[in-house]
Amino acid sequence: MSLLRLCLIMLGLLALAAILAVGLGEIPLATDQYVQAFAHPASGPGEVLWTIRAPRVVMAALVGGALGLAGAAMQGLLRNPLADPGVLGVSAASGLGAALCIAAGLAVVPGAIELGALVGALAAGIGVVAISLRLREPEALILFGVALSAFCGALTALVFNLASSPVAIAEILAWLMGSVENRDWTDGLRAVLPMAVGAWLCLKSGQGLRMLTLGEEAAQLSGLNMTRLRVFAVAGAALLTGAAVAGAGVIGFVGLAAPHLVRALVRDDPRRILWPSALAGALLLVLADLAARIVPTEQELKLGVVTALFGAPAFALLAWRAARSWRT
Amino acid sequence: MTLAWNLEAVVARQGHKTVLNAVSLSVRPGEVVGVVGPNGAGKTSLLRAGLGLLPLQAGSVRLSGRDLSGLGAVERAGLVGYLPQDRRLAWNLPAEEVAALGAVDLPETRALDLARDRLARVGAGDLTRRGVLDMSGGERARVLLARLLATRAPLLVADEPVAGLDPDAQFLTLDLLRAEAAGGAAVVVTLHDLSLAARSCDRLVVIAAGRIVVDAPPAVALSPQVLAEVFNLNGRLIETEAGPVVAGTRL
Repeated sequence: MSLLRLCLIMLGLLALAAILAVGLGEIPLATDQYVQAFAHPASGPGEVLWTIRAPRVVMAALVGGALGLAGAAMQGLLRNPLADPGVLGVSAASGLGAALCIAAGLAVVPGAIELGALVGALAAGIGVVAISLRLREPEALILFGVALSAFCGALTALVFNLASSPVAIAEILAWLMGSVENRDWTDGLRAVLPMAVGAWLCLKSGQGLRMLTLGEEAAQLSGLNMTRLRVFAVAGAALLTGAAVAGAGVIGFVGLAAPHLVRALVRDDPRRILWPSALAGALLLVLADLAARIVPTEQELKLGVVTALFGAPAFALLAWRAARSWRT
Repeated sequence: MTLAWNLEAVVARQGHKTVLNAVSLSVRPGEVVGVVGPNGAGKTSLLRAGLGLLPLQAGSVRLSGRDLSGLGAVERAGLVGYLPQDRRLAWNLPAEEVAALGAVDLPETRALDLARDRLARVGAGDLTRRGVLDMSGGERARVLLARLLATRAPLLVADEPVAGLDPDAQFLTLDLLRAEAAGGAAVVVTLHDLSLAARSCDRLVVIAAGRIVVDAPPAVALSPQVLAEVFNLNGRLIETEAGPVVAGTRL
């Protein structure tokens, strides 16, 4: 299947899912209410569809797409199918940035938490790039990322520990669980720019990721500028992840799972997998958010909880299959 | 004639250990040079230092007359093709796409045509669409050799290209590299099999403890004295009807 055809099919599926997600929700609407929503966007049902559900669906798609693309780029760079945007500590640092902002009482300033998340992600990204220029083996980079992740997790726990107000604690917790609840169009707009830059950096890395299939030294001798590739891929993934955390909090497993959904369709190609991974991530998160909304629970399910509930067993299955097919 | 590869008094370290000590080597277009020596002698370090993968402490390297330190990655790729010892591949790409990575300077369709041609040349013409991780080690080695040949570089450097291959594939690999040399390329290979080295190379560079012991045609390079001192062998190079053979016992 050609890449274009695959992308078009996935785009079609995403559009279908988005229509479904805008149409369905906690409040069931009757047919004439749908008609009214289209005819008069300012009416009650119009309000529900266009200012509550649609921005939320768009945000879920953007965040899922960003995580899927970042995951694919990280898997390509680290040559490891089990890598994801969280593996380098970027997600954890981003969550820490948001937590610090909330604890500092900045939650009332519009965009402050988002900025905190983005700054956290970028700081981690810069640290990872700096380390990756010295530690050459992908394994070393993964170990460093695990350490950074754990350290940021510890600092976030410290923020909890020292937080004086239970409100702040609840708010941080909500962030760490991840959600696209109550997002409006401005939230989506804020996320677009860093995501676009991050996506551009990752897509620019495509050919380099492909050459990296040969291993670092053969790729370098084939004309690959390894330093540039590391900077582009890590900075791109950090921007995407940071913007995703800024938009929806910490959401696990989408970045890991999305590339695997399309891997076989692009024959394992680390360049061609980039766009389809983004689309698969968007599709996954739109569906997960729909599930979070329509599964009847007293408290609305958090998106990060839904993805982790489905994602963790999927990860275990993946690891199981990977371990059985490990070849020399 | 411009030398394809010229190392002058190269010193290189790996960690704190000096792995190359004042090594000089020149390779002309059209010749096949074998680098031999015991494990840990510095064969791979010699290649890596000469390709810019291992920083030089002293000395200089030229590729087709141009100083290596002044070359960008893309320019360097035009002057040398490298087949590393490590044949691990990260992803299960089809063979033709892996081979086409040798020709990233060409538009994709032309690179794939070239890749298929080179795969046919290495006897893997029927494997073009097979995933490289679904192959046997020998098949994968052929695909990687096809990638090296697809570089069309004036200097081809292969680190242990025949390790782990059956005799037929070993001869095929070296015959193909010889054919490249006949076409004007300079070829440098590291080898452990001294008989194969004597059979396939115009010149052998014997290296021990980071120094070049001798650089001469096989019959001279593999003298009983060198075999004893460098390889710890009580043996000699014998010419047979089927080609030269190194026979001997451990000292």
